[in-house]
Amino acid sequence: MEVKVVKDILEANEVIAEENRRLFEREGLYVLNLMGAPGAGKTSLLERTIELLKDRWKVGVLEGDIATTRDSERIASYGVPVVQINTGGACHLDGNMVRGGLGALELKGLEVLFVENVGNLVCPAEFNIGEDDKAMILSVTEGDDKPLKYPLMFQVSSLLLLNKIDLLPYVDFDVERFKEYARRVNPQIEIIEISCKTGQGLSDWVRWLELRIAQKVK
Amino acid sequence: MHETAIAQNLLEIVKEQALLYGAKRVTRIRIKVGALSGVVPEALRFAFQVLSRGGVAEGARLEIEEVPSRIRCEDCGVFEGTPFLVCPNCGKLAELLSGRELEIESMEIEDGGEGS
Repeated sequence: MEVKVVKDILEANEVIAEENRRLFEREGLYVLNLMGAPGAGKTSLLERTIELLKDRWKVGVLEGDIATTRDSERIASYGVPVVQINTGGACHLDGNMVRGGLGALELKGLEVLFVENVGNLVCPAEFNIGEDDKAMILSVTEGDDKPLKYPLMFQVSSLLLLNKIDLLPYVDFDVERFKEYARRVNPQIEIIEISCKTGQGLSDWVRWLELRIAQKVK
Repeated sequence: MHETAIAQNLLEIVKEQALLYGAKRVTRIRIKVGALSGVVPEALRFAFQVLSRGGVAEGARLEIEEVPSRIRCEDCGVFEGTPFLVCPNCGKLAELLSGRELEIESMEIEDGGEGS
């Protein structure tokens, strides 16, 4: 017997992500899902961002990592609450893993939550976690053809941070070509060029972020 | 790599539906996977095969319909097989018609048979 089902395979994740979203709404918490390849600069960006934000906003971090606690130790040294989510081999965070991590974090009084996803340009793009925005970070050493090879991550992201632009003189990375590819894959994407090392562009990123935080936090 | 997680989610739906229909065995499952979803059909098939062992869907054939990406430009028409969301002809913003699917369509079951 043939039975019709017609369901989104990731429906269960969508349900949990929606519950997370409602919780964030209730708490007046702005949540950013930060994605990117290993070594793109996700943790470095969070370190620099926390330095710039922590006197103005109450910031917390969920650190997704396959196995280690290295990144959460780096973040904890800045004196903000951080919870490590070890995915135990999984290549992405999903709604349920984030919900688990939230249980260990005091949300009361928190205004901004950064979720650092597992380093990967493919899998995290498929799973919503209840975030307000998805942002991705890509470094110039990864090559300017990445929007063509990994279109989904560029399509689901509202913001694209191009990192390590201080290295541009040393690599064959055509910034204009890269931006054109990214905008063909996602015409709405905003792009900010930064260097976590020199601090270039970070004020533009913080402006983008604070505009969104202010809209969400009561 | 996330095919394992997707296979797990698929298996949960299949088990739930099998219970609902009182199925003894699930023999075939039809799903749709969009070209832009980033899912590798072979990896999904393998993960499902391993995860379904010992359960109601063990040995079920996973039929995967790969849906190409299609976009529509209101001036130039429909284009297939492009990852872009802008018209390849005029560069205008295009509408995504398909390519992001990750859906279960139907399944073939053998029912429990009691009383029939």
